[in-house]
Amino acid sequence: MSALRDLAVKVGWTRLVLIGFLALLWLGAATSTELDLTVLFTDCLTRAAMNGVLVLALVPAVRAGVGLNFGLPLGIVCGLLGSVILMDAGLRGPACFWASIAFGGALGAIAGFFYARLLERVKGDEMMVGIYVGFSAVAGASILWLLLPTHNPEPIWPLGGKGLRNTLVLDGYFKHVLDGFAAVPFGRGTIPTGLLLFWGLLCWVLAVFLRTRLGLGLSAAGANPRFAESSGIDVRRMRTVGVVLSTTLAAVGIVVFSQSYGFVQLYKAPLLMAFPTVAALLIGGASVRVATIQHVVVGTLLFQSVLTTSLPLVNELVVKGEQSSELSNIPEIARLIISNGIILYALTRKEQA
Amino acid sequence: MPAPALALTDIKKQYFGNAVLKGVSLEVGVGEIHALVGENGAGKSTLMNILFGMPVIRETGGYEGTIRLGGDVIDPRTPSDAMARGVGMVHQEFMLLPGFSITENIKLNRERTRPNLISRGLRPLLRSRAASLESLDMATMRSDTRAALKQIGMSLDEMLPVAGLPVGHMQFIEIAREVDKENARLLVFDEPTAVLTETEADDLLRTMRMLAAQGIAILFITHRLDEVMTVADRITVLRDGEVVARVDRKDATVPRLAELMIGRALPEGERSRPKRTLSDEVILSVRGLEVEMPGEEVRGVDLEVRRGEILGLAGLAGQGKIGIANGLMGLYPARGQVTWKGEPFPLGHPREALRRGLAFVSEDRRQVGLLLDEAIERNIAASALEARGMFLRGPFARSNGALALYDQKAARLHAKAQIEALDIRCRGPQEAVRRLSGGNQQKVCLARALTLDPELLFVSEPTRGIDVGAKDRVLNLLIDANRNEGKTIVLTSSELLELRRVCDRIAVIDAGRVAGVLPPDAPDVEFGLLFAGERV
Repeated sequence: MSALRDLAVKVGWTRLVLIGFLALLWLGAATSTELDLTVLFTDCLTRAAMNGVLVLALVPAVRAGVGLNFGLPLGIVCGLLGSVILMDAGLRGPACFWASIAFGGALGAIAGFFYARLLERVKGDEMMVGIYVGFSAVAGASILWLLLPTHNPEPIWPLGGKGLRNTLVLDGYFKHVLDGFAAVPFGRGTIPTGLLLFWGLLCWVLAVFLRTRLGLGLSAAGANPRFAESSGIDVRRMRTVGVVLSTTLAAVGIVVFSQSYGFVQLYKAPLLMAFPTVAALLIGGASVRVATIQHVVVGTLLFQSVLTTSLPLVNELVVKGEQSSELSNIPEIARLIISNGIILYALTRKEQA
Repeated sequence: MPAPALALTDIKKQYFGNAVLKGVSLEVGVGEIHALVGENGAGKSTLMNILFGMPVIRETGGYEGTIRLGGDVIDPRTPSDAMARGVGMVHQEFMLLPGFSITENIKLNRERTRPNLISRGLRPLLRSRAASLESLDMATMRSDTRAALKQIGMSLDEMLPVAGLPVGHMQFIEIAREVDKENARLLVFDEPTAVLTETEADDLLRTMRMLAAQGIAILFITHRLDEVMTVADRITVLRDGEVVARVDRKDATVPRLAELMIGRALPEGERSRPKRTLSDEVILSVRGLEVEMPGEEVRGVDLEVRRGEILGLAGLAGQGKIGIANGLMGLYPARGQVTWKGEPFPLGHPREALRRGLAFVSEDRRQVGLLLDEAIERNIAASALEARGMFLRGPFARSNGALALYDQKAARLHAKAQIEALDIRCRGPQEAVRRLSGGNQQKVCLARALTLDPELLFVSEPTRGIDVGAKDRVLNLLIDANRNEGKTIVLTSSELLELRRVCDRIAVIDAGRVAGVLPPDAPDVEFGLLFAGERV
């Protein structure tokens, strides 16, 4: 019992319970004849890595003392805009991907700068204001998607011919540029080596950044602004750096997400993206004031694994054998309940740092 | 002889084994103005907390002794309990609702009401709670308010909103509220003149006398001895939780009270510290310094710091001594002419201050002085890393660039040396600062400042909240830094005794200005007078 308690203190009850739940799901999946564990496993890896950069994007803002960046959709919209413009310009393949990352990231940095200026005026309420900034960015972008003077006929609404489609298919553009790089077959699934490497690389770069003078200053400004000030650190500048980095990484993150998913989703898709991202980070053991790369990796893996595994399993348990079409909604409902439950838990929880 | 309005007998109180009241007895007669004077930390606030039944008293184990109010023993358990028994309090900070009118403020929660249709109709259902649905009897409330205002000699429109009234008026509204309570027997004034102008203060004192003439007993807490001499009938002097004197006003003089308030024998041998000849070189010169630090405003300080000395800044809380170092280091908005080693010195730039060879150990150890959840090594390195480019490595280290890497090895090595040198008790340089005791945290703050290798070191309240043994060690560290490394030190402290132990000169700050500069062995009377707002 005391061993369990020690473990719980070390790993945290949240993660222990989630790991237990995940183990249960896997056990269920193992007994099923329809589900393939290797596919499930690689799916979990893929889902985690494709969301991973977005989760990582939260870290600089938390470190700088701005809290959880619920304004993530602002950066996401920038990334999407970058992709859309370069696709329209006729770029294809890896070139389109890397250019999208560079261009989207640059747009994100610019947007992040103004976002930081705004947050400076609402000190103390950054998270609430961030939610609305995210919503506004998505709404503003929706108008943009309609009005953008695109030349490439592919992404335009098939009927009516005005404005971009809801979902742009990336086949032929940059679908699986990373996922496909040095991919290793694993049973019936595939391990997305390139995607994992890219996520790992960004984690490493951010970790190194946090150990530079700028990174230390950023963390000090977040941990104790008055201490930072008395040590000669420009707290305002540090908060700006944190928000710009966060928004830039969000732009990069959505491009990575899209290449893995195979689609660019416009309009309302980015609206609620901040919530599962924040939940993943919190599940990893982070708080409003403390976030490390380890929290990102652990949190994303756990959160996405639970979601990825539960859906097919519920499908298998409930829907199999039933012909009724109403029941086919149940897996989706279960997934929503689980994911929103985790989000609600993560947001309301107060864990000791 | 009638029973006194208030009689405290042998009140004792300790916080965590630390005795703050050691048997205090006090009597306030009906219609008497009784002054309670003492330094910060003498036990005045604790005594009032007991009288008002503040929860903090019960949470920390209650008190001993008895309180009699008009002859009845009371044991107030909550502030409302105390109020119900006729103890009124005029707060130092106003407890008024700005958007409400004077009448509403005075009558808040004691409203005069008339039954109406709804309250009558619901009475069978709600019983006594139906009273909360009754209509306000505005006419009666207004006439009550007018009467209360008149009682303290004020004529104001009782329907004016409180927001926008001059500060002095707000104080009077607080008093009117207490007076309006029907059973008001004892009023406590806690440093009521602190925020008032001189004329307002005079009005207040006149009002106090008026109230006393009407038979209300007044307990007047202050450190302004001239005010005491103006209004008090009797005076009790509190020092270190004990009553050191009880005098009638006619037997009291300001110097005598000042001496009683401060007077404390220095330990043997301390007085005999040989006088040092100080350098004549003025390293820092300050003219007309004003600092906007809430609660510790500085309003025009002129000061000269000589190379190699330890200058003490003394004074009571709220008088501005804390603001001086904070203003010079750029942590609060400041104005004034400052010359550092013969050159003009910019205010408002903490980084520039650090670069030019100043360093600061903040009075607020936990909020400003430390990154509580970070390791000792990181805390010690933090300022030097930022301002001096120390503990950096990698390709950008030379240029002190933003992307230079933190050299943890160097920081650890340095931290180990500091832990050794300052005798910081810890489990190693990687331990989080939060886990350390107050004294050891203070040493970490000191190590961080010394790592900057400053020429002038500001140290504020270095011994606040740390135990006695640690106090000595911290003070000795300061003396070492001064004697062995030639650091000039400006030491700000609320503990005069400690300043007198280590300083070469002591400047007493009062009302945001320098009241006077004294040698550490000056007589108690002189310190007491400066503390009490008198000029020597």
